[in-house]
Formats: sequence, structure tokens, C-alpha cells
Amino acid sequence: MVIRSVKKIYTFLMFLFLYAPIITLMIFSFNESRSRGKWGGLTLRWYKELFHDGVIKNAFYYTIVIAIFSAVISTIIGTIAAVGIHNMSFLGKKVVLNINYLPVLNPEIVTGVSLMTLFIFFKLELGFLSMLLAHITFCIPYVVLAVLPKLRQLNKHLAEAAMDLGATPSYAFRKVILPEIMPGIVTGALMAFTLSIDDFVISFFTAGRGVSNLSITVYSMARRGINPRINALSTLMFSAILILLLIINKRTVDQE
Amino acid sequence: MRTNQKILAYPYIVWLIIFIVVPLILVLYFSLSFRDGGITLENYRRFISPVYGKVLYRSLKLAFISTVFCLVLGYPMAMIIAGADITKRNLMVLLFVLPMWMNFLLRTYAWMTLLGKNGVINNILGYFNLPALNLLYNNGAVILGMVYNFIPFMVLPIYSVLAKMDKTLIEAAKDLGANEITVFRKIIFPLSLPGVITGITMVFMPAVSTFVIPKLLGGGQFMLIGNLVEQQFTYVYDWNFGSAISIIMMVFILIAMAIMAKYEDPMEESGGLW
Repeated sequence: MVIRSVKKIYTFLMFLFLYAPIITLMIFSFNESRSRGKWGGLTLRWYKELFHDGVIKNAFYYTIVIAIFSAVISTIIGTIAAVGIHNMSFLGKKVVLNINYLPVLNPEIVTGVSLMTLFIFFKLELGFLSMLLAHITFCIPYVVLAVLPKLRQLNKHLAEAAMDLGATPSYAFRKVILPEIMPGIVTGALMAFTLSIDDFVISFFTAGRGVSNLSITVYSMARRGINPRINALSTLMFSAILILLLIINKRTVDQE
Repeated sequence: MRTNQKILAYPYIVWLIIFIVVPLILVLYFSLSFRDGGITLENYRRFISPVYGKVLYRSLKLAFISTVFCLVLGYPMAMIIAGADITKRNLMVLLFVLPMWMNFLLRTYAWMTLLGKNGVINNILGYFNLPALNLLYNNGAVILGMVYNFIPFMVLPIYSVLAKMDKTLIEAAKDLGANEITVFRKIIFPLSLPGVITGITMVFMPAVSTFVIPKLLGGGQFMLIGNLVEQQFTYVYDWNFGSAISIIMMVFILIAMAIMAKYEDPMEESGGLW
């Protein structure tokens, strides 16, 4: 009995630790007073200011656009690459997979700095394109790693059977292989999307010329101190994620 | 057919060469040359000097302390989650992952609101007529930020190992007269080691290379190795020195990863480097 209540208290404290900062941000996003300690009454002022803040709107736009582009492009390249890698010889496969692992294992700052060096060395101005290329680069490895296990599980003879029955290789790929590996592709695409949305370090080094994402904007605002608009932004982003997860959860429950 | 499909990997191989291999070679080249050309080891020699040695020492120390905190706080939590019944367990895992879905910068920023001089904690203290504390811009704040951001990386791998563990082993040990402590020491902990090692790797690596947490919660006066790299590339423009530190950091982390990979669960198809 004692152990049970200790467990309960420990769990409670742990979740308090995890959620206290987030909940505080949410509460203070409705605070009229600029200082955080004092409660100056309920207001939606910071939300209004947020929607009129050109810098944040701009950053939001770039975050979403880059996330969509990099998710789509890296999913296409990554899936095709996974099929190719799957059919490579043992040694070639090992070499390619090890290089593929580099951006996953390397500290983000090293990836960021090395890409920045590349872009500047080859005189590509830092901006939208450089950031997009960087995002695609760090997203593809995750897509490859999500799709490869599905290819390994695939029954080799299915595609052969389809082609024996007269299907062209591309038709067999679309109708037989693709549906089988779809779960891996979807996982990879979702990972790419969330990684891109959440990225700070690599974007920080590869963005430039008025192009920035939400993470970079929050960083530069936070360095100048507390800004209630960030609280409002956090509340909106956290609510969006919560709603998204609830929808996904409801869909999986319904499917079962 | 098989040989034909191989060519599908070629576009990506080209991509890998351009965006992964060439940049790293460039960084290596910069690290080995003077600003105006010429091959040298000067950049590496500079890093060994006491000033930068201190930075490296501080980064390793803070990352180590944070990892210990994550392990000590996270292990019991993983055990509690693994011990709960299935519906509660899934909910707890979800609640643990949920904050990770929130932007990393925002999570770190949240602590600035709590710890600041006029922050929430100091206001609560003031309400009870207690003196205000200097909570922000010190080592403690940096460690707190690291623990807060990285503790899920410790809890989740340990939890997944504990959840898969064969419960009959524990029962057998108890039948043979082992008490709770012996069961933990001789059975549960040794079997959970692969999860512990994964957790340590996943906390230590980002903690040692982060530059955001020391910048925001340490106020920038606490220079860690990540800040040093960032500074060389964005303020000082000493790319050669910055490249040398990056190469050292990369080699250090890849070696650590390779060692850790040897201890990981051989049953799991992890397939990392080496």
C-alpha cells in the first residue's frame, strides 16, 4: 500500500515537472500584464498581436512550406533509393547505409555547419533553397530507414509472379510492391514532416536573407527576453498538436 | 530484374555524395588549413589550449550530470509505467511523449518564464515573503533544461525493454527465495541494460552538443562546445578553427556510438554504423 502511494506521488511529480512549464506558458498567454509574476486580468491581446506580427506570420509560412516540400521530396527520393539499396550487393549496401546513417548519428550542429560550408563554398546564397536542400538531406535517411524493413519483409516472388502474368516492371511495382511497403512510406513521410517542422539547429545555419522558420524566430525573440506573443504562439501550437493526436487516436480506435 | 533495380539507388547516392560526403570533406579541409591556405594542424593544436580545454571539460561535465539525473529520475518512472496495466500504460507513454511534440525552443523558453528574476517561481516565493533566488543563467538552469528536454529519451528505451521482459524470470527468482532488492539487482537491472545504454547514448549525445540550452538558460556566459562552434561560424568567422572543433566533436561522438552499439541488444535489428 505504501509502495503504491509512493509510486502515485512519484508519477504525479514527474508529470508536474513535464507539464508545469507548458501549462504556465498557456496561462500567461492570457495575462494582461507584461510581467509574468503578476496577473493583470484576462486578455486576448497577445493573440491579436500575434496575428498581426509580420515576422511570425512569415516564419510560420516558411515552416509549413518547407515541411511540406521536404516531406514530399524526401519521401519520393527516399522510397526509390530504398528499393535500389535493397537490391544492391552486400558491400555496396553496407557503404551506402553507413553514409545514410551519418546525418542521423552526427551531432546536428556538425550537419548544419557542414551544409552551410558547402552552400557558401559553392556560392549558393543562404535562403529558401539552401534551407530546403538541407531539410531534404536530413529527412531522406529517416525515410530510407522506415521503408527498408518493409522491403525486407516483402515476399520476393510476388513481383515475379505479377510479371509472369504479364505485368510490366513498373506496373508490378505500382500494383504489388507499393501497396505492401505503403505503411513504411507513410511512417517515413510523417517523420520527415515532423522533423522538418521542429528543426532548429540545421535551419539556423542554412537559412538566411529574410527566410526563417518558427524555431529560429522563437530563438531570436527569446534571446531578447520574455515576449508574451511567444506564449500565445506556444498555446496555439500545443493545442494544434493535441487536437491532431486526438483525431489520430479516434481514427485508430474507430478502425479497430 | 535485381541488377536493374539497383540503379534506382544511384540518384540518392549522388545526393549523398553532394550533401553529406562533400560537405564533410570541406569541413575536414578547412580544419586542416590556414585562413589564407596552406596545410596545418594549428587549428587542432589551438583546441588543446587551457581556455578551450575548459570549455570541453564543462560540456562533458554538464552533459554527464544531466545524464545521471535523467537515469536516476527516469529509471523508476520507466518501471512504474512498465508495471501499470495496459490501458493506463499506453496513456502514460502518450503523456510522456506529448511534450516532445512541442517545439524544442518553446519548451526551453518555458523555463525562462518560470526561473527568471521576475519569474513565476520567484513571485511565488515573494508571496510567502521569502527572498528571491537567482535561478536563471547558471549551471543549474542549464542542467535543468537538459534533463527536461532529454528525459523522455531515457525513459522510453528503458520502458520498452522492461515491458518486453519475461515476467516468469522474476517469479522464478522469488520462488527461489530472492527478495525484491535481489530480484532488481540480479534480474531486472541486468536485463534492462540494453535500454539503459540506449538511453544514456540518446541523452548524452544531444546534451554534449547543444548550444540552444546554454544560450537561453545559461545566458550565453556559459560557453559549451556547441556554443564555441556556433560562435566560430556566425560571429568570429574563423571557419578553420570551427571546422576543427566540429571534426573533433564528430569523431568523438561516432566512436562513442560505435562502442555503445556493441553493448546494445543483439536481438534487436538496430543496424547502426558498424
